[in-house]
Amino acid sequence: MAAEISEARAALAGVSSEPGASKPDPIVTGSNITRTFGGLKAVDVDKIEIQRGVITALIGPNGAGKTTLFNLLTGFDEPDAGDWSFNGKALAKVPAYKVARLGMVRTFQLTKVLSKLTVIENMRLGATGQRGEKFFSAAFKSLWRSQEDANTARADDLLQRFKLDEKREDFAGSLSGGQRKLLEMARALMVDPELIMLDEPMAGVNPALKQSLLGHVKSLRDEGRTVLFVEHDMDMVRDISDWVIVMAQGQIVAEGTPQSVMADQRVIDAYLGAHHDTDITNIDLAELEQEAEAELAAESNEETPS
Amino acid sequence: MRLRLAALLAAVLGIFILLPSASASAETTPTPSPSAGGAAPQQNPIVEGANITVTLKDLNEGKGEPKPIPGVTLTVLKDSKTGEELGSQVTDQSGRVSIGIPGNGTYVVELDPKTLPSGVKLSGAGATTKTVQVKLASSNFVTFPVGARVIEKASKASEIVDGTRDGLKTGLLIALAALGLSLIFGTTGLTNFAHGELITLGAILTYIFNRGVGLPVIFAGVLAVLASALFGYLQDRGLWRPLRRRGTGLIAMMIVSIGLALLMRSIFQYGFGGSTRTLSEYVTQPRNSYGPIDLSNKEIAIFAVSIIAITVTCVALMRTRLGKAMRAVSDNPALSASSGMRVDGVISSVWILGTALTGLAGVLLAVQQQVNFNMGFNLLLLVFAGVTLGGLGTIWGALVGSLIIGLMVELGPVFGVPASIKEVGALVVLILILLVRPQGILGKAQRIG
Amino acid sequence: MDFGTIIDAAFSAAFGPQAIVFALAAIGLNVHFGYTGLLNFGQAGFMSVAAFGLAVTVVTWDLPFWLGLIVGMFAAIVLALVLGVPTLRLRADYLAIVTIASAEILRLCFGAVEFKDTFGGSNGLTGFVRPYQKLNPYNDGLTLGVVSFSRSDLWSITVGWTLVAICCLIVWALMRSPWGRVLKSIREDEDAVRSLGKNVFAYKMQALVLGGVFGGIAGIFHILKQGSSVPTDFNTTFTFYAYAALLIGGAARVLGPVVGSMIFWFLIAGIGSFFSEATKGADPVIPNWIMQPDQASLIRLILLGLGLMLLMIFRPQGIFGDRREIAIDGR
Repeated sequence: MAAEISEARAALAGVSSEPGASKPDPIVTGSNITRTFGGLKAVDVDKIEIQRGVITALIGPNGAGKTTLFNLLTGFDEPDAGDWSFNGKALAKVPAYKVARLGMVRTFQLTKVLSKLTVIENMRLGATGQRGEKFFSAAFKSLWRSQEDANTARADDLLQRFKLDEKREDFAGSLSGGQRKLLEMARALMVDPELIMLDEPMAGVNPALKQSLLGHVKSLRDEGRTVLFVEHDMDMVRDISDWVIVMAQGQIVAEGTPQSVMADQRVIDAYLGAHHDTDITNIDLAELEQEAEAELAAESNEETPS
Repeated sequence: MRLRLAALLAAVLGIFILLPSASASAETTPTPSPSAGGAAPQQNPIVEGANITVTLKDLNEGKGEPKPIPGVTLTVLKDSKTGEELGSQVTDQSGRVSIGIPGNGTYVVELDPKTLPSGVKLSGAGATTKTVQVKLASSNFVTFPVGARVIEKASKASEIVDGTRDGLKTGLLIALAALGLSLIFGTTGLTNFAHGELITLGAILTYIFNRGVGLPVIFAGVLAVLASALFGYLQDRGLWRPLRRRGTGLIAMMIVSIGLALLMRSIFQYGFGGSTRTLSEYVTQPRNSYGPIDLSNKEIAIFAVSIIAITVTCVALMRTRLGKAMRAVSDNPALSASSGMRVDGVISSVWILGTALTGLAGVLLAVQQQVNFNMGFNLLLLVFAGVTLGGLGTIWGALVGSLIIGLMVELGPVFGVPASIKEVGALVVLILILLVRPQGILGKAQRIG
Repeated sequence: MDFGTIIDAAFSAAFGPQAIVFALAAIGLNVHFGYTGLLNFGQAGFMSVAAFGLAVTVVTWDLPFWLGLIVGMFAAIVLALVLGVPTLRLRADYLAIVTIASAEILRLCFGAVEFKDTFGGSNGLTGFVRPYQKLNPYNDGLTLGVVSFSRSDLWSITVGWTLVAICCLIVWALMRSPWGRVLKSIREDEDAVRSLGKNVFAYKMQALVLGGVFGGIAGIFHILKQGSSVPTDFNTTFTFYAYAALLIGGAARVLGPVVGSMIFWFLIAGIGSFFSEATKGADPVIPNWIMQPDQASLIRLILLGLGLMLLMIFRPQGIFGDRREIAIDGR
């Protein structure tokens, strides 16, 4: 395993830092993807490739189109134009649930745990190919009991790994923000995805939990999955990502290893602004969190249907 | 060229259903023998028990007192024009016929145009038949003009002109109510099933101020709109604002509004009774012709009032501070609150404006037709249809959607929709348009995720 | 005041055929709204297509009774598919508008003078009920203290409660399964379910059909117990009352709609009978200047409206519901 990872990382060493650079072994490739809201071009990506087996971070200022790109790639939104594929399979017009079944599973910026189901039921829901989910066999428990038991065992393992086993029978609504993030990640793993896409996994997570969350994200890669995540937390990006893609105003403006990207003038212009030459750990944490929360609040309001 | 009407004619159709008392039930109801027409009887007594009574009067284009028309043959049939004949009678010297019916059900009254005196022709876009739903066992008296067709069959073009006129009129009335519904939905997210009752409230208040207090209809209408606005304010303060404070969900609030609708409708029926009543003025009016279009004075007034009200509202929403605030709140309540807007105040104003517009729809409907405890409920679905068709929560959408719905309802019969179910056409169009354009005609597609 | 009459009215309504119709319709709504979160305001439409499917097959086309039952149920399924295809991808409010509109379209068409030859006009259709009545094994009515049921009511009660029991069993078996879990998850957040690889549209459609079938059974039972299929019985108010019954008992509970319907009819009939007794006679308990006998029947509707509001405000989970897991505080 470890050899493969270092191999994948090593392969990235030769990749140019140009936006839309070609990767040696891409799991996702996309070209000319555009999406407009009213007059605004939210996403306008000429070319994007995601390397298999590594952790790729997608960063950029608010409104850069990161979440919209997530939505487009996973079939939750339809682009105006563009082609993209996962493992060589074209995904244009493929509905979201099929994308997930193919092995490309996402989480949401505002966690979507099912708060009126218990933690374990949330987990069981994630399992795919359940016989008990078919209408005509659902009514007969004998047809699905054994499969359900197996799924439950797998779910319990994951809950233990994510340290949620204590909460097994609690309603998911009673979990803290960080625990919800963990539950959502664990639930996504029930689908057994090849590519897991995390939308701001650190938002609203208290610092104590952040370290263990980082560890979990790394462990996803270590077991051979590809990770793509959107994040504002630069510590996390620097810490765990193997490759960074920077978006601004809907476009990819830069790519590269974390070190090279953070030194890139285009990135500094687009995103890092005044903070770029201070060590990020020295920036007032409270201030950053406040900013993040304000963003989150604004975005959550956007989502309430008017 | 449209044939001009020599005379306008209205029929006063009264239905009496009296529960026969023990002694009366022993008597057999005298069913008048069918008469060949021609000679008018001196007097047709009103039949005991359930009956349909029609009084024909020549309005004479609104000049002078209406004159009764004797000697016209009317026939009552069960269910439809081809149904069982229940009786036929010739109008007496007071223009009256009274024909016994067996009880509740649908009846068709047919007028034989050949027996009309020369020089008297039927007016309006209707036919020589009138379908009557007899539902209530209490004694009631219904007045409405029997729209009767011009003997020379109206051309398709004039049918379309008339249908368009009626459609725009209905559409504007729906639009007033729809604007109110849309405003409230837009700012609070509430799907208000009690909205129909707000229409009824406007109408019933007009009736009370007019018939009860004795004010002229115009003053009564103005007062009814003001009272509706007040009721809107109180409703928000007393019910919806506390619910919002409690964090009650939108679906729960919607079901609360269903309860409220039921409550209000039953109270209306309790106080007002099940009958349909008329205001004291403008009940029947002759139509004058303006080029190809025939309009009565009250129709012109209804057009004018509703167009002015809608225009003023729309301009106000676009231009004034309050209007901008309303649109901001409807767009994003939390952000509006955090940018220092008094969201509760804005919502109060929306309720006041919304119920005032809806009340106005009720007032105009009362003038146009009559007053009934469930007139608003009957219109509610069309109001919903208008709002949805235009796009939920958009002001212009509500307007456009309502006009389309109104036109569909009134023009449907011209293009073959059975007249007794003319609403069906509009509802089918609603579903079809949602198929093609789910967000409504002017609605924005929603952002997902 | 005759309290015997009031008690008889209340209890025979609570266990009688009308409560069964509501229970069946509300079980369907429970699948739609309670478990899946679908706002179906046209349950009366599912009832009317099934009812007229049966009546038209037997009366108008003169075909056998059993075929009528099949046609009726088939009609309910087709209606669910037709309504579901355009609306299930849209926001919840659109399904509400479309279902309410369709139910009205159906009611108006069934009652239209123009289609009298097929659907019987406003009087509806009669004369399809004999095969059902012939199966009646009872020779006599039943009297339990002050509560009494006629012979045909007794038969309808037997058939009806059996149907209710079967439907409840089906709902119970389905809702404890992973299939039921998916529905409950959709009710909460369909995007989450979609992100886990479930075809949300298909599940919603299955739920819509299942609940529609229960509605169809309610419609067929309704016309069998009363012997005629009348369009005005299937109005929007019926759907609202069925919602009231469901919410009294508690949504997303297997027995919620059943108990809710019994309580609903117990109260409606009891209150109605109380006020009709109280305003009856030459010297009524409630003087005439306050309430006329014809106003008495309205009191129960006023109380029903008020009760529904208070229920939703103070106990939205109904009698049996668990507040932590109902759809009420959703969007």
